[in-house]
Amino acid sequence: MPPASAIVEFRGVAKKFGDGPPVLADITLTARPGELISFVGPSGCGKSTLLRLIAGLTGVSDGVLTVDGRTPEQAAAELAFVFQEPTLLPWLNVARNVEVPQTLRGVPAAERAVSRARALALVGLAGREAAWPRQLSGGQKMRVSLARALTLAPKILLLDEPFGALDELTRGRLQEELLAIRAQQGWTAFFVTHSVAEAVLLSDRVFVMAASPGRLRAEIAVPLAYPRTAETRLARDYQDLVVEVSRRLRVAETAATAA
Amino acid sequence: MVALLAGALLVALWTAAHYGLSDDRRYLLPTPLAVLEALGANAPVLARATCNTLEGALLGFGLALAFGGLAALVLSLSPLVRAGLSPYLMLLQLTPVPVLAPLFVLWAGPGLRSVALITFLVCFFPLVVNTTQGLVSTDRQLVELFRMCRASRWQEIWRLRVPAALPYFFTGLRIAAILAPIGAVIGDYSAGSSAGDGGGLGFQALIYSSQAKYPALFAVVAITGALGFLFSGGVLLLSRLALGHWHESYARRDV
Repeated sequence: MPPASAIVEFRGVAKKFGDGPPVLADITLTARPGELISFVGPSGCGKSTLLRLIAGLTGVSDGVLTVDGRTPEQAAAELAFVFQEPTLLPWLNVARNVEVPQTLRGVPAAERAVSRARALALVGLAGREAAWPRQLSGGQKMRVSLARALTLAPKILLLDEPFGALDELTRGRLQEELLAIRAQQGWTAFFVTHSVAEAVLLSDRVFVMAASPGRLRAEIAVPLAYPRTAETRLARDYQDLVVEVSRRLRVAETAATAA
Repeated sequence: MVALLAGALLVALWTAAHYGLSDDRRYLLPTPLAVLEALGANAPVLARATCNTLEGALLGFGLALAFGGLAALVLSLSPLVRAGLSPYLMLLQLTPVPVLAPLFVLWAGPGLRSVALITFLVCFFPLVVNTTQGLVSTDRQLVELFRMCRASRWQEIWRLRVPAALPYFFTGLRIAAILAPIGAVIGDYSAGSSAGDGGGLGFQALIYSSQAKYPALFAVVAITGALGFLFSGGVLLLSRLALGHWHESYARRDV
């Protein structure tokens, strides 16, 4: 049994697809409730696969993965996923898009409307219910996507490079908004990113990964105080951590190339 | 506006061409006025023929719509089904209508039923191919989103794959709408019948041609063209109603 303080636990997890080489090997980590954990690493290190394992979209090849004390499939109702692309349905307006997960689960309309209003207010899009996806900017679409995930009141939020396609300014603003929402809701989150700065700003712990097969190379705790805001970026200890994670990342990449 | 001007110019050129021909050859190109007169003089016959053709075209088009949509759904279910059935679909489309027409007459008798069957055949293929393509081209991430939400197979089809396929479906429908009146006329040409309430436009074209009533023949051509416009216009309207509010192709651009 995992300790009571664990909401997600990997024990010696490996993953390979078919007869291919292992994509992930020897993954062991324990996430405490309310923690935000980031994975940074080179392309193809299996970061996204890690999230897909937690989501139960694909199964482990070896080892044990426990989510909320159950198997990932059993815990599916506690999860929400935010993809790299906004993945909105273009034929539905903002309101109906945000309601999609609840609609699929057969939640009554009145109840859907309540969660939708709350979620859209959280991402600053109240009043845009009737807009069509094609009328929104990239940042707004991503906000809708985030709101859609939040309607499920998830225990665990999985974010796969959600801000990767946005411009620097929008990206920064969304990071701050995510921090603010998290302060109110307290879900556990796993965050995949290419950006070291983003990982440090958002996380309690950052895992640096190496590729072929994907492994956890280093774990860096981020003891920066909350609430974290735009000001945090200017702090010395934040910048030191960014340098530290970048250095570990370079070491991991060099080791992989040498091997 | 530009189109109207171009039309007027065309009519003028046409009339000029008529008078440019020597007297004994002017019958080759009757003036637009003569065509209008023929239209008036043969109005009852032409109206009935038009109704018959329209009926055949609509019936065939409707059948193609219903069965085409259904077939596309079935084909989209698995690559195995597609691989197994595609060659026969192709075969159906590759067989020329005049070859099949006598068979249809044999099975369904001459007249409306054969005309509708031939129209159906002509419209079916573009609808099925386009709609199937649409049903299997759903964005992978959207499919994953639905799987994440534990959507049932049924929900995935109705709430995701079908709406996502609509633009493709309408592309097929536009092609089918162009082909439907053509199919009905050709069908009538090769499987029409004067029995009962008389033939359609194709049959009428045959009669006028054998009677050397060339202005009336031109009138048939004009009506056929108008029918084509009617069908295409109707589908364009439908397509705008269904996709206008969300699809990129209808987005207002400032460029």
